Amino acid sequence: MQQLINGITLGTIYGLIAVGYTMVYGIVGMINFAHGDIFMVGSFLSLIALLGLAALGVTSVPLALALTLIFAAGLAALYGWTVERIAYRPLRGSFRLAPLISAIGMSIVLQNFVQVGQGARVKPMDALIPGGIELMNQGGFAVQLSWMQIAIVATTLLVLAVFTWLVTATPLGRSMRACEQDIRMAGLLGIDTDRTIGLTFVIGAALAAVAGLLFLLYYGVIDFFIGFLAGVKAFTAAVLGGIGSLPGAVLGGLLIGLIEVFWSAYFSVAYKDVAAFAILILVLIFRPSGIMGRAEVEKV
Amino acid sequence: MLSVADLTMRFGGLTAVDGLSFQARAGEITAVIGPNGAGKTTVFNCVTGFYRPTSGSIALIHAIGARFALERMSGHRIASRAKIARTFQNVRLFAGMTVLENLLVAQHNTLMAATGFGVLAVLGLGGYRAAEKAGMDKARRWLDRIGLLERADDPAGSLPYGDQRRLEIARAMCIDPVMLCLDEPAAGLNPRESEALNRLLLSIRADGCSLLLIEHDMAVVMRVSDHIVVLDHGQKIADGTPAEVRADPAVIAAYLGEDEEA
Repeated sequence: MQQLINGITLGTIYGLIAVGYTMVYGIVGMINFAHGDIFMVGSFLSLIALLGLAALGVTSVPLALALTLIFAAGLAALYGWTVERIAYRPLRGSFRLAPLISAIGMSIVLQNFVQVGQGARVKPMDALIPGGIELMNQGGFAVQLSWMQIAIVATTLLVLAVFTWLVTATPLGRSMRACEQDIRMAGLLGIDTDRTIGLTFVIGAALAAVAGLLFLLYYGVIDFFIGFLAGVKAFTAAVLGGIGSLPGAVLGGLLIGLIEVFWSAYFSVAYKDVAAFAILILVLIFRPSGIMGRAEVEKV
Repeated sequence: MLSVADLTMRFGGLTAVDGLSFQARAGEITAVIGPNGAGKTTVFNCVTGFYRPTSGSIALIHAIGARFALERMSGHRIASRAKIARTFQNVRLFAGMTVLENLLVAQHNTLMAATGFGVLAVLGLGGYRAAEKAGMDKARRWLDRIGLLERADDPAGSLPYGDQRRLEIARAMCIDPVMLCLDEPAAGLNPRESEALNRLLLSIRADGCSLLLIEHDMAVVMRVSDHIVVLDHGQKIADGTPAEVRADPAVIAAYLGEDEEA
């Protein structure tokens, strides 16, 4: 029961990152390997904002969190846009591997940038929202639901709800879906496809920054390397859910979070990442299109 | 008016279009015909910015006098500024979106401008609601015109083939084009659907939109065109009214195959 709660919390964070992977893949057909590092940058931006706000004397926790969320999401969105603009757009239309290599390069650039700027040491942060509710207590086994976990899951649900509305009901979302299905046709209908792709990166980066903030709140420690592992796991989540499918990404994130938490609880913490990636391999072998993915139909 | 001058398009050693010049007058239906491989679709791709021509110029002059050098514009600007819409030989609807959404996507630019590029829409401000409603009304008018109003919320991919073709034309018309380019709109249609298509094309012309048409179905071409341009091996071999073209010996030769390809 406790593990279920922990798993869902972790899973929602992975889900938020996975949405960014899946969205970009859906439109441009590339894996944005720098996405995990945007998440890491978002996490650092959150830390800076929180410390800055504390120094300025903002004591109200909800206010500080809200300001941090806006700050981190806004700046990370700028990072996302910049990465797309300088590393991917010039390569559009070249061979398939080019943007992939560029993405890996971008990932290394971001990691080293933060390492140089912020130092390589682990950055700790005090828990902002302490306490919780004890759901049940059976013979010494307490099931804890912390306020923090509630806040994380609630934030994620809110962000995903806004995001879903954006994709399904606004002109921007419609043009994103149109680009996803047939980008050249979308262009011929007067849609500026470059701008739509740029905005996709912006939205994905903002979501990753939210995940970064939540990760910081949940674990309380971050370093310049968290983006890699979280990024690869979120990517696993996106593949598991069916890459290109938005609900699939969230579902995949939840599953990966649950698998990881249950594995560490009942088997061995040391092998939790092995478990997560074993799932990736199994999915790729037995169901490459993922749980909610649709099979690629090659057009003739 | 569309004015194509000395248009040449080469792919490596292959010259698909060779020094082609023709004009498509405003308010008319101009058909481009010719045997397979004559370069018809290449001409279309040059006009709509899919290809950048090797040489030559393509100019579109609006009724109000604005002039657009299409050979230098990107595809989405040709659609959004010069107002040229096109369809393809194969159906290219957004199959996973609803019929109505397909028509709304084509009005993207108007709607985005009304939303202040997304910002105001998020805040629920601006003329967004009014613009969205106007967009919906326009989409519904077109659905009514092509008889698909009751299927507005079905996925576009679930429509029968003939309906998909007409929906594509309606979608293209939703960008408010000055010129509509149709690549074989009658391909695969049965005679009844083909007849409905003729009526749709004539009604679009009556609205004041010029049409440029590639077509193999001579029944459609001869019935609806005001002006026909005949291509063979990338060059123009005839240009005139349907009656003139039908009597032209060069056209008859090309179609009956009195040359080395026979």
